[in-house]
Amino acid sequence: MTYEIIRPTTPKRIVVAMSGGVDSSVCAALLKEQGHEVIGITMQVWDYSRFTNPDGKTFGSCCSLDDVYDARRVAESLQMPFYVVNFEREFQRHVIDNFCDEYFAGRTPNPCVLCNQVLKFELLMRKAQALNADYLATGHYAQMREVDGQPALFQGRDQHKDQSYFLFTLTPQQMRQTLFPLGAMTKGEVRAQAQRFGLQVAEKAESQDICFVPDGDYAGFLETQRGSGQKNGEIIHDNGQMLGQHQGIYRYTIGQRKGLGLSWPEPLYVVGIDATQNRVIVGEKPLLSRRDFQVRRCLWNIEPPQSPLHVDCRIRYRHQPIAARVCPRADGGAEIAFTSPQKGVTPGQAAVFYLADRVIGGGWIA
Amino acid sequence: MMTPIYLDHNATTAVHPTVVDAMLPWLTQHYGNPSSVHWAGRAANAALEKAREQVASLLNASVNDIIFTSGGTEGDNFAIKGTALQRAEQGRHLITTAVEHPAVLETCRALERQGWQVSYLPVDSQGNLDLAQLESNIQPQTQLISVMWANNEIGNIYPLAEISVIAKARGVCLHSDAVQVAGRLPIDVQATGLDLAVISGHKFGAPKGVGALFVKSGNRLEPLMHGGSQERHRRGGTSNLASIVGLGKACELAGVEMQQNAVHVAQLRERLQQGIRRGIRGVFFHGAQQSDHRLPNTLNASFAGISGESLLMSLDLKGIAVSSGSACSSGSLEASHVMTALGVAPQLAQSSIRFSLGPTNTAAEIDYVIDELAAAVSRLRQISPFENF
Repeated sequence: MTYEIIRPTTPKRIVVAMSGGVDSSVCAALLKEQGHEVIGITMQVWDYSRFTNPDGKTFGSCCSLDDVYDARRVAESLQMPFYVVNFEREFQRHVIDNFCDEYFAGRTPNPCVLCNQVLKFELLMRKAQALNADYLATGHYAQMREVDGQPALFQGRDQHKDQSYFLFTLTPQQMRQTLFPLGAMTKGEVRAQAQRFGLQVAEKAESQDICFVPDGDYAGFLETQRGSGQKNGEIIHDNGQMLGQHQGIYRYTIGQRKGLGLSWPEPLYVVGIDATQNRVIVGEKPLLSRRDFQVRRCLWNIEPPQSPLHVDCRIRYRHQPIAARVCPRADGGAEIAFTSPQKGVTPGQAAVFYLADRVIGGGWIA
Repeated sequence: MMTPIYLDHNATTAVHPTVVDAMLPWLTQHYGNPSSVHWAGRAANAALEKAREQVASLLNASVNDIIFTSGGTEGDNFAIKGTALQRAEQGRHLITTAVEHPAVLETCRALERQGWQVSYLPVDSQGNLDLAQLESNIQPQTQLISVMWANNEIGNIYPLAEISVIAKARGVCLHSDAVQVAGRLPIDVQATGLDLAVISGHKFGAPKGVGALFVKSGNRLEPLMHGGSQERHRRGGTSNLASIVGLGKACELAGVEMQQNAVHVAQLRERLQQGIRRGIRGVFFHGAQQSDHRLPNTLNASFAGISGESLLMSLDLKGIAVSSGSACSSGSLEASHVMTALGVAPQLAQSSIRFSLGPTNTAAEIDYVIDELAAAVSRLRQISPFENF
């Protein structure tokens, strides 16, 4: 196989998705330095005014108004056009509503994947096309290469920062129009570049957590969106014994130990959530590990396989991929079997399949 | 690669070179505070009062009825809150229109939160007010009618003289946000019968951050800015002298150049409108159909099937500055309240673009804009007929 890193060799018009953070800022600066016509766009997806701390400080997270300000200042210092596009409505419809639905269905969603899929690589891509841009560039730590004439997604060179997990939904068409200029860099190198360019955001902290729940209070967020009291129920031991009551299944995620408020000789963990009966199922540590699970709605970046395939499978961001066998099903899902049991197989998260460092597909854990 | 073309004069204008010249000495050698007693203060005060005369002259107002402000937003706040607070005992009802500038609308909403009642008069699909409806909204409690002289988005000119007759007959105070008219069309506050009027310097060749409020003598306003005896105790704060001198000079120049400028921009506007009509299908023009019922410099059009935001950005990348009704710099989502008031369908409202011309624009610029506009509209329609955001 020949690996060719996709990088335009002649000056192009490139839209950079700017979050106001160091990564997308360096991304814009590098492209500008390479002689491209660079246009910065920040997506405003959420009204952050309701999340300002009482002391007036805003929470550190992606895309807050402070970050729009930072992105604008960076674009100004690089002397490039800059726009803010408002996708609040689309974000609510495609990301927030799904986020709430998933929690209410007993799953633990990953809104970042959806946000990339729908907001960045569909809506923002369309905006870039409307501006006659040749490419959309983002500051993701992932690499786009050409394999046998087809675009292919690879992990970022920086193992600690690799974000390919969030990007498995990219279609070949989207990949052809996407650039990840930071894919072959480490975070340290990116910070050094930010210093070299004199970007004010060089020292800015990493964004944490889910951007629209900057205080980390998912339960409070869900109840603001959907109201409280709808998913209260019982906490049941895996052996069937009723151990207590809970205030909403969405307060629990697989593997959770804290906040159960139960007395039991052994430490207990959440091992399952039954949304139809509003039950949280708990059990001892060994119950956390699973070898076999199912995924739904698979997407493939290779010719969809007809027979079992040996891959490395990652079941959450920053999870070390583990060898697994993927058996595609006719309904678009797949049966996954790890070579050894794994903790934290969590319904709602994405399972992403790798061949070495190439993303070949993925699906949603059922 | 591109020569910048500025067609956003309703947002702001360049400072007139003559105005810059007039201002400079008041930033350098004449640095006195007009409130000071000594020689430096006297010189400054003379300049301040000369500027007041120049402003009064443009509006045909008494010199004593002019209060300098920081601009249109302060003026509207001052006129409306100042009147409301002064007359709170007599009644707490105000009348305004649905198409006012946010400086008026948001001030009214702030008063609503404090217990005032506000009637927002609707407009028809061309942006016209129904004066009979205005009259029927007047109650014994009504303390103020606030109607803009010309609309910033669609350019409609409202019949303040007729409104004044109604207001006078019912003994109600009349305020007009004249920000888009001042320096562009003749204003006679006395003949029109206004009690309050607001102008802003940067819309006609003065710098940003300076404006004036006309308050007809006899109308008392509760000040917003306490803390100084400036402006006869009506507006505290050290006078923004150089800018006020600039405002005065811009008013003087407007008196001389206004008519000629209006003819010039009206011709260019006509050229632009004809060019758009000829070159682009699916265009809807907003505002009063009769062009003399609109500001001569303003043209607002929707290009069916595309987003005004994308069109604005595409033109910007070609060096052409226009404005779209909806998006502000922070990415506002709502369709313009003016488009909504006209009853324009949301999708069409999102596709609207405002062209506002100025005296320095040329026919060659307009022709270039027409070409680029046609190309951009056609490209955007091809990409995604109904869904490019």
